[in-house]
Amino acid sequence: MVTSGKGGVGKTTSSANIATALALLGKKVCMVDTDIGLRNLDVVMGLENRIIYDLVDVAQDRCRLEQALVKDKRFDELYLLPAAQTKDKHAVEPDDVKKMVTSLKATFDYVIIDCPAGIEHGFRNAVAGADKAIVVTTPENAAVRDADRIIGLLDKHGIQGPKLVINRARINMMRSGDMLDIDEICSVLAIDLLGIVPDDEYVIKAANTGEPTVMNPNSKASVAYRNIARRILGDSVPLMALDEKSGIFSKVKKFFGMG
Amino acid sequence: MAGNQHHVTIKGRKDGLVFVLDDRCPFSDLLKELEYKLEKTHQKLLSGPLMHVYVKLGKRQITDEERQALENMINRRNLVVHSVESTLNPPDPRTSHQVLAGIVRSGQVLELEGNLIFIGDVNPGGSIITSGDLFVLGSLRGLAHAGAKGNSEAVIAASHLKPTQLRIAGAVSRPPDEWGIGDASMMFAYMKDDLMEIEKITHLYRLRPNAVELYKGE
Repeated sequence: MVTSGKGGVGKTTSSANIATALALLGKKVCMVDTDIGLRNLDVVMGLENRIIYDLVDVAQDRCRLEQALVKDKRFDELYLLPAAQTKDKHAVEPDDVKKMVTSLKATFDYVIIDCPAGIEHGFRNAVAGADKAIVVTTPENAAVRDADRIIGLLDKHGIQGPKLVINRARINMMRSGDMLDIDEICSVLAIDLLGIVPDDEYVIKAANTGEPTVMNPNSKASVAYRNIARRILGDSVPLMALDEKSGIFSKVKKFFGMG
Repeated sequence: MAGNQHHVTIKGRKDGLVFVLDDRCPFSDLLKELEYKLEKTHQKLLSGPLMHVYVKLGKRQITDEERQALENMINRRNLVVHSVESTLNPPDPRTSHQVLAGIVRSGQVLELEGNLIFIGDVNPGGSIITSGDLFVLGSLRGLAHAGAKGNSEAVIAASHLKPTQLRIAGAVSRPPDEWGIGDASMMFAYMKDDLMEIEKITHLYRLRPNAVELYKGE
């Protein structure tokens, strides 16, 4: 599952891009949007006009699970289970999501659950189906605070060792001290860092055109998401040098305990 | 009432009787077995001259009520409880610190009685509350409340003292910039004339001599 606690830090963008990047690497992937009432993932993926049934229809037995899956227009092995836009969020219970995800897991290599903001019903729905979590945060105090809260709640729900994605990093602001830096975030949250996604205007453009950022190999954010996907597959990909000057040298220094 | 009859052992001694009580079984089992032994199998003990009873609890610690129940059970006719002893001494407030490790994250509250040594971080938005002293081996970035039941002698120490707020007994303090907390040394907070003060950890024994036992060197 992809979660963050705070809204607007890039859960949906990250879900879409990680799922697409995994599909690019040849995996069978299904995205599940659990943000009932405020669905977005279909819009970001540009699949809105193909939706026929949704998550609530499946939960209430109005259709079979396979009927609700929307196939991506770019990949044969990438699907989306959309959230409902109109119905009440209590129309789906954690057990429903768990059942759906369990049956999806049998068909797909990866099921990416996009979690709504907040820690209430929607979060409980998403967490019920998940066995691993990616926590997305941005280098802001409020986002890090909420991520910390979410990590505590994930632990309570039995999801251990969540991985961290720091979104919208601006290396020059971090260096000038105007933004929380990576080390500071990692030391507070104390979980493994899965990737750092630089702030990239292209992400906004991509979301608006319904074309995930990772499809454009020239965007920095795209490279970051591709690296994240490769790390999920178990490759050890070094963190992208956000800034060439400090990159290697500071890592070497840290290696010798001087960082 | 057959079965387990081995929690209570009664021995004679020159100056009286020694009751050796098992320290692992539930306390209620002890009372039951005592009652059975005194009334059924050992009732001859109850006839005779005044006899002191020395109760040995082993490692068991009992509450005042349990102690009272025990004495009521034994104090009958000629038997008088002379002493109730446990091989474990009652906890010395200076040396009894509960030790816990982990991370107190945003939204989480760790609350407990007594003194605490917490190994790990307390993150912003997280709270740690004790009725005694609090020592954090890690970064204290959240809220810490020591002496929460009103003990203003309590202290809060942390390897990295960067709290959002500190409370000792009823006093609340935000870390003003002029605390000038260097990252280099472990600090602790204490109350001095109704004001919260910050000092290096090395001064703890001087300012709160009762908080810890002092190592005096050789």
